[in-house]
Amino acid sequence: MIKKIYFQSIFFNFFFVKEVFAAESGGMPQLNPEFWISQIFWLTLTFGILYVVLSKLILPKISANLELRKSQIQENIEAAEKQRENSDSKLKEYDEVILKSKLEATNIFRDAREKVLKDINSKKEILDKQIDEEIKKAEQEIYELKKNAPEKINRIAIETSSELIKKLIGADVNSSSISAIVDDLSKKNGEKYYDN
Amino acid sequence: MAANPMTQFEVYRIGPEIKVGAFDISFTNASLFMVVSSLAILIIFNFGSKKNSMLPNKIQLLAELSYTFVSKMISDTAGSKAKPYFAFIFSLFMFVLFCNMFGMIPYTFTVTSHIIVTFILAAFIFIGVTIIGFMKHGFGYLKLFVPSGVPVVLLPLIVIIEIISYLSRPISLSVRLFANMMAGHTMMKVFGGFVISLGIVGGWLPLSFSVALTGLEILVAFLQAYVFAILTCIYLNDALNLHH
Repeated sequence: MIKKIYFQSIFFNFFFVKEVFAAESGGMPQLNPEFWISQIFWLTLTFGILYVVLSKLILPKISANLELRKSQIQENIEAAEKQRENSDSKLKEYDEVILKSKLEATNIFRDAREKVLKDINSKKEILDKQIDEEIKKAEQEIYELKKNAPEKINRIAIETSSELIKKLIGADVNSSSISAIVDDLSKKNGEKYYDN
Repeated sequence: MAANPMTQFEVYRIGPEIKVGAFDISFTNASLFMVVSSLAILIIFNFGSKKNSMLPNKIQLLAELSYTFVSKMISDTAGSKAKPYFAFIFSLFMFVLFCNMFGMIPYTFTVTSHIIVTFILAAFIFIGVTIIGFMKHGFGYLKLFVPSGVPVVLLPLIVIIEIISYLSRPISLSVRLFANMMAGHTMMKVFGGFVISLGIVGGWLPLSFSVALTGLEILVAFLQAYVFAILTCIYLNDALNLHH
């Protein structure tokens, strides 16, 4: 039912529309020459003014703006390129410096090592020599001591024994006889106390 | 009643009647929209060129994009010799575009939907191009009507056809723009009328058509301005670089 009313309304509306359009039938207003002269006049006037203002004032400004921006961008690009080149060369320089300094550092290190080694060697030699001398001196001393020791002991023995005898018997004894006895004794026991 | 789709094209006087001699040059609604379009162009491009910043703002970008668009169009179709005519073609393109676009606003008047306006523009272009052609090439410009590599037998016929096609240029140029504008606006008016008469029940279909047509008409408004300008460039190219 609703559907029917809907389609009917559409159908009858078309008649209505036709009626409305038919009510005001006229030709194309475009072909009515009443205002042609006016349109030509105003078109010439407005378009002429538009053309003159655009071509004399506005378009040169836009063109100049565009040119200026273009040249500025170009300049900036060139400057950036130059700076890039600069930084590239700087980087190369820096690399070279680093390489050189590395080489130098290894050289210095090697030199120092050699020097230190040489130093150590020479010092060691001197020290060795000194030690040898000391040892030799000490050995000498020991030898001399060893050599002198029995004589000293004998003398002490003679002295003590002469003293003892003096205390014991109250008479001086010939020291030569005592020394003969001590010598005899020390020769007998020499091997026992000294191994020379 | 406004339901007649042609009433939107009616020209009527605004203000007093101005007469110069026998000619009526009264200010009409058509004149109003010519002035409005020109003023809009001048205002937009004035603001778009006022200060030059490295990073353009929106209106400056708009002006500069339009500039490069038209300049590219001219150099592509007519070559570097057409440089002196850049300002004219730019003004022409902008004027037609703005008139078309202002016509898309409801209750406005479409200046370019009048054959007399488009014909005057086209006739001016035709006469100008012809004068440029004769000034550049002298009578050699007539070689335009004699294509090379055509058999002698066919030559008279070809020359006649070429002359007719050349003479019909202003008509085709003006009628193309005028007819497109008028047909589009009439169609929109008709569909708008259907929306009202079919009411809330059946009006939705023509309404959706109307919406789609609005988009199409905006496209047509731009496209016709572009075609008008590019055909001018092509005619100018014929006059500047004689190919035949």
